[in-house]
Amino acid sequence: MADASIIPAGITGMFDLLSPVAPGWGANLLRGLVRSLQIAFGAFGMGLIIGTFGAYAKLYGGPIARDLAAIYTTLVRAIPELVMIILLYYAGTDLINRILEGMGYQRVDISGLVAGIVVLGFVQGAYATEVLRGAIKAIPQGEIEAARAYGMPPTLMMRRITLPAMLPHALPGLANLWLISTKDTALLAVVGFSELTLETRQAAGATKAYMTFYLAAGALYLLITLFSSVILEWVERRARRGMPSVKEAH
Amino acid sequence: MSNALGETEIEVPIETFPIHKEKDPSRQASRLPPHRIVLILIGLALVASAALFMRWDWLPQYGGLILQGLWRTIWILVVTVVLGFLLAVPLGLAQASGPAILAIPARAFCTVIRGTPLLVQLWLLYYGLGSLFPQYPWIRGSELWPYLRQAWPYAVLALTLSYAGYEGEVMRGAFASVPKGQLEAARAFGMRRFTIFRRIWLPQAIHRALLTLAGEAVLQLKSTPLVATITVVDLYAVASRVRQDTFLTYEPLLLLAAGYLAITAIIVFLFRRVERLIPSKLG
Repeated sequence: MADASIIPAGITGMFDLLSPVAPGWGANLLRGLVRSLQIAFGAFGMGLIIGTFGAYAKLYGGPIARDLAAIYTTLVRAIPELVMIILLYYAGTDLINRILEGMGYQRVDISGLVAGIVVLGFVQGAYATEVLRGAIKAIPQGEIEAARAYGMPPTLMMRRITLPAMLPHALPGLANLWLISTKDTALLAVVGFSELTLETRQAAGATKAYMTFYLAAGALYLLITLFSSVILEWVERRARRGMPSVKEAH
Repeated sequence: MSNALGETEIEVPIETFPIHKEKDPSRQASRLPPHRIVLILIGLALVASAALFMRWDWLPQYGGLILQGLWRTIWILVVTVVLGFLLAVPLGLAQASGPAILAIPARAFCTVIRGTPLLVQLWLLYYGLGSLFPQYPWIRGSELWPYLRQAWPYAVLALTLSYAGYEGEVMRGAFASVPKGQLEAARAFGMRRFTIFRRIWLPQAIHRALLTLAGEAVLQLKSTPLVATITVVDLYAVASRVRQDTFLTYEPLLLLAAGYLAITAIIVFLFRRVERLIPSKLG
């Protein structure tokens, strides 16, 4: 290291710790980052599917489906995510295994990745329900009536009219949900799933360089957020082509 | 059909078919549709079976601890919401109308807080900052040291900063949305800048932000259990301890969820009361 003398010792030590090759912990952090992103993608996708069904149940469902959807969104949005995660992660896997044993099957080991996606997806679904419901209500209802008048079956109408027409209205809310989803993956550290936050904690604990690693993790999360916002902004601009801008509409 | 009263004629509408008057809405609401009665019965049956068939014998033993945890959760919630809001007002004001030298740091602060998970912020402050302090003898010698050794100041600091970051963004929008004419009128009255802020700008901005503030207060409540990960004994930490002591899976968690539901209901109720206090005739 020729120029090591110029850089203060503390800084070089910091970069040594974060380097991706063996003595550094960079590789661990990156592995955690990939896992976090996997969970965030999975949970967001599952949330979208649940949210679509939830929104349809709330808008077009019978009285019972409507009430059940209302109970789901109210409960999930009022109970802390951490409690939901613990409840579904421990109690959920326990319940599934009890049911499987009751039916005479073997116990299964549910992988952390799947459990994390399902748990966070269930939480995301409640928020996505509200976002999509609002977006569907923002479509000029004549479009839906016209589709119905053409005799479109409900699924075709959903595919051709409702979902494309609601997308620009839903995108700001969904963008927000995606950012929440990336940040909520950190909560899985509490139940012992080794995503970015837990990897950071282990690296920090092993090296005692707490400040370095938590700052690095914060920077990685911030990068995800900033990078996502750039992409989401572009997607939103594309989806809103030809529509009056939000600012003018006010 | 029409009867003459002196010279003026009062027209009486002709009823060709009986028009049912709009039923009293309060009476209509009190009558439950049958499916909802069934749902309520199912819910009551679930609660009753939970009370009967699950183990609740640990409750009296941990009652005091649970109340303590509940108190600490509410205490942290109230303190961080109040402090965070006080911090959010200057943050929002700086972004809405401050000079660049104030607006850019304020925006950067909000972006960083909103772009990173609260858990990482909390651990950065507690483990990171907390591990730096003991290296300096003058900090250890100072009068703050007994507090800096405990966990709760870090919890309060992290939650306050987080609330301020989210709320600063909300207040920016609220300050920016107060009509300019209001401020111009205040200036025309000869009000000083601080008086304009205190009498005109801030109250209207708060009124605009009130609904969001209520939602953010619920979100803040949902963030409080994170402080249990840095050894602050709140409601969540008590439930975790009961689970470890008694090996019960469901009961403490269900009680915990019910506790948070109750606090959420109280927050929503309180904000609705506050909202009703403010006369809402804004355009």
